[in-house]
Amino acid sequence: MTLALLVSGFRSTLVHLSAVDLAIIIFYFALVLAIGMYLKGRANTSEDFFLAGREMTAWIAGLSFLSANLGSLELMGWAASAYQYGILAAHWYWIGAIPQMVFLGLVMMPFYYMSKTHSVPGYLKLRFGEPSRTLSAICFAFMTVLMSGINMYSMALVMKVILGWDIHFSIWVSSVTVAIYVALGGLRSAIFNEVLQFVLIWAGALLIPILGLVEAGGMSGLRARVIANAGEAYTHLWGTMGSPANNPMGIHWTGIVFGLGAVIAMGYWTTDFLVVQRVLSAHNLRAAKMAPIIGAAFKMCVPFIVILPGLLGWAVLPFKLTGEDVAVATGGHSYNEVLPLMLARYCGPGLLGLGVTALIAGFMSGMAGNVSAFATVWTYDIYGALLHKNSTDRQNVSMGRWCTIIGVIVSIGTAYLVMQFHSIMDYVQALFSFFIAPLFGTVLLGMLWKRATNAGGFFGLLAGTLSSIGMWAWVKVDHSALRYIAMSPQAKDMAENMYRALWSGLICALVTIVVSLLTKPRPVEELSGLVYGATQIPHEEHVSLFHRPAFWGAVVLVIFVILQIIFW
Amino acid sequence: MNPNETHRAETISIWFFIGISLLVNGVIIVGAGVHELIQPPPPEVRVILFEYHASLWWGAMLAALGAFYCWHFAPSRLSE
Repeated sequence: MTLALLVSGFRSTLVHLSAVDLAIIIFYFALVLAIGMYLKGRANTSEDFFLAGREMTAWIAGLSFLSANLGSLELMGWAASAYQYGILAAHWYWIGAIPQMVFLGLVMMPFYYMSKTHSVPGYLKLRFGEPSRTLSAICFAFMTVLMSGINMYSMALVMKVILGWDIHFSIWVSSVTVAIYVALGGLRSAIFNEVLQFVLIWAGALLIPILGLVEAGGMSGLRARVIANAGEAYTHLWGTMGSPANNPMGIHWTGIVFGLGAVIAMGYWTTDFLVVQRVLSAHNLRAAKMAPIIGAAFKMCVPFIVILPGLLGWAVLPFKLTGEDVAVATGGHSYNEVLPLMLARYCGPGLLGLGVTALIAGFMSGMAGNVSAFATVWTYDIYGALLHKNSTDRQNVSMGRWCTIIGVIVSIGTAYLVMQFHSIMDYVQALFSFFIAPLFGTVLLGMLWKRATNAGGFFGLLAGTLSSIGMWAWVKVDHSALRYIAMSPQAKDMAENMYRALWSGLICALVTIVVSLLTKPRPVEELSGLVYGATQIPHEEHVSLFHRPAFWGAVVLVIFVILQIIFW
Repeated sequence: MNPNETHRAETISIWFFIGISLLVNGVIIVGAGVHELIQPPPPEVRVILFEYHASLWWGAMLAALGAFYCWHFAPSRLSE
């Protein structure tokens, strides 16, 4: 069943917008374009255009960091996953985000920031040389354009399902809007709009869990209803993970802890330039360290507007949601519709428009994040490094603007290509494990191990990426191979993604270590500002406790642990 | 951590734009809520928990927050 068939199979729209709702949506588009126009005159240098002048406060960089991640899959996809898998879906918000964001802020950010790099591939160039930068830049650019296409297609699909809007109209209107405001104002415009979108997402989506809990009879009522309608396993975060057979996701806790937590999420939150770029815009090192921690504090709350509506679907909806195939065949509703169904259940005119605006804002912030990151990596790490080495600052800004437009056009092409794939979620997970997990291994060893050499970094990254693609292809050709990769005959597709990432990360690290030990190390003085042990990191003894990133990082981690215990 | 910190080099703060957004959306939603209060829709098309009139209090809350942000981060006030 392709997504194109899925779209054609929908019977009717889920909600009908009134004039008031349309006014709210039109006002949103007008405001984001106005912000882009206003910021046009403030993006004249490459530092302005690609790094927002490195002038953002910790709060703005932190909220933008989180908002860039709130793409199409976050709101709709994870609400659907919460209905399908229960509270297990919250792992992607907690163990799959919080420790990693704190780690980025406290451990890795000093090196990114102090090296004054413009991008993550740029850091690899400083640490491991040009070949590593080229490999990661090409992989990143490829992945980013695909992700942007996924964002576009997801949004168009949602608009088709919820509102009955033409899928081509949605793709073109949203992408042209993003192209205009990012091309005009660069990263600063993207960041301003991302913070606005973050607020709108909360304003539009928060009412659903509030009213849902009122209807369900509070948390205890919700839990009782979910157990009655779905089963006890849907209410436990860790208690059912001793065996893949005991939980709806079919995954062992090692897959979540090591595959998701230690590799995929670490890779995504610490090396995906889409999110790291936002933090690089901070106005000083302390703000750069604080921004991911602020992001982590808000990230812990996102399950309230994403996971809870999915669980509330089990508690209050008078019918059962099914997979796409069954929904199309029977005329019922699928998991993917749970969030719009809940929106339509509680929100009247006006509130409905705000809720739909929240969805559109989520899609557009993710798309803008991809496009601005693509423009930066292309301009600095491909165009400036390979095609036009002596480009001027003005040429770089011009290239950045053109790249934004071209990136959007390529993304539109990708959006149409994505229609051929079976599942958006699986596709994205596969992409993450292709590129992100090995990249994390390379960057982490580069930052923490002085002995890692240029050859070690390059071949480790190459081996990790190729092995990930190889494992993915193996399972595609022979599905029984899943039991070997995920180490269990009961393993399901989600488990395969976790373990493939784990193995590719380990292969990357192993190859990096072996090749490094066989090749000549770089002099320590060349590694200043790039590696622990060779870098003087500013101390914070003179700063009060409440201004120390480490203190707030510890607070966030304590709350994270408490949440795990509460929902065990 | 001070959430009121804003972007240093800009004349207009991002929080001012957010204030405009919340204020306009809040006023529109309150207006829709008042209309529903005066002319309630037929029971068969009402949303669940209609009797709570979420449009009114949620819209009012957004409008109040937006108004505060517009006032606090107004360009004229910040440039003083």
